[in-house]
Amino acid sequence: MVTKEQIIKWLKLAANVMQENKEWLTQLDAAVGDGEHGINMARGFQKVSSHLPSVADEDIGSILKSTGAILLSAIGGAGGVIFGTFFIEAGKVTSGRQELGSVDIAAFLKAGLSGVIKRGGAQVGDKTMVDALAPAVTAFDRSLEDGADTTEALGQAVAAAQVGMTETTHLVAKKGRASYLGERSIGHQDPGATSLYLILKALYDAV
Amino acid sequence: MKKLLNKPEDFVRESLEGVALAHSDTVKAHFEPNFLYRADAPVSSKVAIISGGGSGHEPMHIGFVGKGMLDAACPGEVFTSPTPDQILEAAKLVHRGKGVLSIVKNYSGDVMNFQMAGELLSSEEFRFINVLIDDDVGVKGGLSTQGRRGVGTTVFAEKICGAAAEDGYSLDDLVTLCRRVNLSGRSMGVALSSCTVPASGVPTFELGDSEMEVGIGIHGEQGRERMPMMNADSITELLSLSITEDPAYKRSLPEWDEGTCTWIDRKVTSQPFKPGDRVLAFVNGMGGTPLAELYVVYRKLFEICREKGLEIVRSLVGNYITSLEMQGCFITLLKTDDELTRLWDLPVKTPSLRWGI
Ligand SMILES: Nc1ncnc2c1ncn2[C@@H]1O[C@H](COP(=O)(O)OP(=O)(O)OP(=O)(O)O)[C@@H](O)[C@H]1O
Ligand SMILES: [Mg+2]
Repeated sequence: MVTKEQIIKWLKLAANVMQENKEWLTQLDAAVGDGEHGINMARGFQKVSSHLPSVADEDIGSILKSTGAILLSAIGGAGGVIFGTFFIEAGKVTSGRQELGSVDIAAFLKAGLSGVIKRGGAQVGDKTMVDALAPAVTAFDRSLEDGADTTEALGQAVAAAQVGMTETTHLVAKKGRASYLGERSIGHQDPGATSLYLILKALYDAV
Repeated sequence: MKKLLNKPEDFVRESLEGVALAHSDTVKAHFEPNFLYRADAPVSSKVAIISGGGSGHEPMHIGFVGKGMLDAACPGEVFTSPTPDQILEAAKLVHRGKGVLSIVKNYSGDVMNFQMAGELLSSEEFRFINVLIDDDVGVKGGLSTQGRRGVGTTVFAEKICGAAAEDGYSLDDLVTLCRRVNLSGRSMGVALSSCTVPASGVPTFELGDSEMEVGIGIHGEQGRERMPMMNADSITELLSLSITEDPAYKRSLPEWDEGTCTWIDRKVTSQPFKPGDRVLAFVNGMGGTPLAELYVVYRKLFEICREKGLEIVRSLVGNYITSLEMQGCFITLLKTDDELTRLWDLPVKTPSLRWGI
């Protein structure tokens, strides 16, 4: 079981992690994009974090939805829409819940992924955050089938996201700003995939 | 990093406050969400025109708000597209029932944020239509990727459509006009130095003293290739030929569908320039290049156009779409006709473009 307190802890943790990794993410974005990803993510999650006390009495779905709405209006750019959509869709399938079982987590990861794909049109292999998120969703499901509990399955999901993130280095970008580089985007890790990994890692650390 | 800066996080807001104070007869600023709008908005009996994009490109777009051009502009954080709430609130404030044309540059972030704004506005009683600008020939492999970016043609589209709205064009006519302007323009740029995003504090990329980045994007996205530095005439030739020799550009361009509130890919073609064409010529500085150098570029561009049989009927030279303090320039050519030239000439009164008034 993942409790509402753990979800709140996750979002706070994510804000700290984004702040700590701001420069790194921004450097990754400078190599393939426009050099603002880390700054924007840190600003967005900072706002989420400072807003948490006012939503602490609400259910998990509402908290995730308002997290998404804040990210959408505070991050800006492609990152704002993509990460905002992830949380809004995750919030829709967890509405009314005070705690989440492993099946709920699976549903929310899946809803987040399909929302992002629908919004941005990126497929696996396009060198975006989808390359970290999609394998994480698959790994989570597979671990559950193999009898793992939520924490173990999340561990597997984080490991898969990390592999996906690292492997974006070898891909040619087809979506987002990095796509302008074509072949020159090879050799650089995708900033959005890196953020997604850090966010999932924070979830694992919170439960 | 040396900049006229207080706190990086206050940069966009403080700059917006400054524009509104400096041009209080023309524009007003709205905060949370941030946008700049015509001081006399909403203007009745005309379609409203809005645009937006990352900050750091001033005067685009905030400098183009006023009579004869934009009704509102939504500045995002530096090099970051604006958010749906900014676009939504701006559209609601400036419209007067005749609908809103929204001019969007083709960057994934802008495309998605303006789409979300369009979805949210679908419940309102006025019409809202997004039109994309994708004129940057510097993008290679445009068909397999995000496609060409929107650059210099945006200024032409905003001026021409702004004048047409003032002249009484309907929303549908403005949409057709704006798409036609987009298909008539091409741009190509070069960077001689990098730029530094205030909140990051370090240059976005490194460029050696004897190098230049050809096909640069206005956010410091790297371009087609890095080449050894050349003299002004050779650079101008390189940029202009990329534009004048660009073959027919066929692509699937997202067009806004009002019914479903989403983008639908449509096959469109930009025809190549040909001898006898009349053009509007634009030499744009990226922020760190002196005007005198831009005129050196214009001088050569004029000569090349004459050789190619292109007649420059109007010109614009100056810093209109900048990339913070980047050195370099963009050249834009737009094929024009009597209608477009007439609209270009109509009066405009904005902080950064002003004539005939
Ligand atoms: N269509 C998409 N689908 C999924 N993820 C995307 C898409 N486009 C971009 N991304 C992700 O967003 C990240 C970039 O986010 P960032 O906040 O830097 O936006 P940006 O592209 O610079 O936006 P903008 O162009 O508006 O400034 C990429 O690293 C990628 O992982
Ligand atoms: Mg970016």
